[in-house]
Amino acid sequence: MTNLLVVEYLPILIFLAISVAISAIMVGASFLVAKQNPDPEKVSAFECGFEAFDDARRKFDVRFYLVSILFIIFDLEVAFLFPWAVSLGDIGMFGFWSMVVFLGILTVGFIYEWKKGALEWE
Amino acid sequence: MIVQGLAFYMFAAILVASAVMVISARNPVHSVLFLILSFFNAAGLFILIGAEFVAMILVIVYVGAVAVLFLFVVMMLDIDFRALRSGLLRYLPIGGTVGLILLVELAVVLGAWAVAPEATTGVAAPLPPPEITNTRAIGQLIYTQYVYLFQASGLILFIAMIGAIVLTLREREGVRRQNITRQVSRRREEVVAVRKVPTRGGV
Amino acid sequence: MVEFWNGYAWPTIWIVIQIVAIIVPLLVAVAYLTYAERKVLAAMQLRQGPNLVGPFGLLQPFADGLKLFAKETVIPSGANRVVFVAAPMMTFFLGLVAWAVIPFGEGIVLANINVGVLYLFAISSLGVYGIIMAGWASNSKYAFLGGLRSAAQMVSYEVSIGLVIITVLLCVGSLNLTDVVLAQRTVWFFIPLFPMFVVFFISALAETNRAPFDLPEGESELVGGYNVEYSSMTFALFFLGEYANMILMSAMTVILFLGGWLPPLDVPPLNWIPGPIWFALKIALVLFFFLWVRATVPRYRYDQLMRLGWKVFLPFSLVWVLLTAGVLIAFDWLPK
Repeated sequence: MTNLLVVEYLPILIFLAISVAISAIMVGASFLVAKQNPDPEKVSAFECGFEAFDDARRKFDVRFYLVSILFIIFDLEVAFLFPWAVSLGDIGMFGFWSMVVFLGILTVGFIYEWKKGALEWE
Repeated sequence: MIVQGLAFYMFAAILVASAVMVISARNPVHSVLFLILSFFNAAGLFILIGAEFVAMILVIVYVGAVAVLFLFVVMMLDIDFRALRSGLLRYLPIGGTVGLILLVELAVVLGAWAVAPEATTGVAAPLPPPEITNTRAIGQLIYTQYVYLFQASGLILFIAMIGAIVLTLREREGVRRQNITRQVSRRREEVVAVRKVPTRGGV
Repeated sequence: MVEFWNGYAWPTIWIVIQIVAIIVPLLVAVAYLTYAERKVLAAMQLRQGPNLVGPFGLLQPFADGLKLFAKETVIPSGANRVVFVAAPMMTFFLGLVAWAVIPFGEGIVLANINVGVLYLFAISSLGVYGIIMAGWASNSKYAFLGGLRSAAQMVSYEVSIGLVIITVLLCVGSLNLTDVVLAQRTVWFFIPLFPMFVVFFISALAETNRAPFDLPEGESELVGGYNVEYSSMTFALFFLGEYANMILMSAMTVILFLGGWLPPLDVPPLNWIPGPIWFALKIALVLFFFLWVRATVPRYRYDQLMRLGWKVFLPFSLVWVLLTAGVLIAFDWLPK
């Protein structure tokens, strides 16, 4: 059983190796074939003709951070839904209501964040 | 079987190597990228033991969501990581202790020693028949037999959500937001006035 | 020796042949998608489109590819070299590996894994990395802002895509993609689940950074977004990866909602046509919608985009999941 299951994944591994190889070859070959002639102006960061003012990696709005935390939470919720969706036929009414309670708790949180304005973007 | 063995050693070796790189890489972004690589190899190991659902969830949740957050954080926070690194020796005792405890625990598991041998046999559910995929087998258990733990995890997610908002949400002053209901429900009569203007008279 | 040949070498070679048989048509399809995009946009704007290279401009994509190939690979001085080059490669190979599990016809699939749907979901959730890495590694403000925006946007629509997939799974009862298609033999899912189909299509547009959600590229403000600093083949890989992702999202739409390789009606003139051709035709149809939307709809504003994702699609699809589950349970239609 386990062995059969693993056999199905072998092509994916080979596929992964081949696609990585293809992309590496494409970049590498172009790098070798094309004429490389960098100069300081060419390799400076693009900023509409200005000299770059400062380092581009800087603090950004905390909202992006909040969005990604909320995403983790909802992603976990979706992860819990996958086995539920597949096995709903076996677990019947009880399973359905247990998921309703679970989603109910998260909906309360969702309403809270909505009311707090965490989903606003300005 | 040989292929499986080779795959195991490949995944395990890359996993350990990238885990070492996570803590030794100079650039924090590189650390996170190595962390992602080690997650992938852990997923590969899960697949080798037949736990395909867990492997995919590992990739979806940890690589697709948690590591994105990590990347945001290391990209966002303007921390001087060299200064942090100099504190390495200071934290060595604590880190060493945690590592040692984990090592002892692993040794205990390997030695197949348990506090109460009968406890583990009672808890474990019977193995599902092979024609049931493991996603389905998980689904048949967590929503019914382990319903309280399932609800507890819901509560944990709820608390995480509230905590994230309380910690990060800052009200900004002087921001003009779009109010869609008001925009849509605006009528012509409220905003447009038609006036007769006499020639050369002005308004 | 013979045992080695029959047991290991030949199966491996056979797998490699199959993989090549997937990758080559896929890359050709990507090339011609760029051509089709220019032709369709041109037709909608009453222009000619590319028509000089080869008959009807058919060789245009190859000319473009060759041009990019011969260009200099510029790596900005402030960039993080390894990550800078790895980012487009990541986008490109993720666009390819997802195809390992796509069923092209009954039994015509490279890796028929039990969790195919999850595999696709996982791969599409990784797409964000190429963009974040590019934005960060370039060390350019435009690239950084574009990368951030794009990451937040993809992440927001990921959730609604997940919920839509759940609705479909409720009607299928399996995570295997072949099972998903076979469950649609009586009726394609876009009829009973039409609202979810719409949500999925729009989320797919956002997920692939297509118009009207192409803010990360926003050429009027971000001069190209996360790929400003890229040139030559590194740029081409981003481009190819994006279009491969578009085709992939269309394939997912077809598998989840439009009955995969199944003919519209199981009657003689239609079911003589082999499955893979139906599959390709349906993908082409969905792709045409992608292009059509681009030609028609103006770009969204960022706050509107986040509002649509979090305040409209998320609650709506969550309610729809519960509604579907409730209806299936109440009428005892659940797949066993």
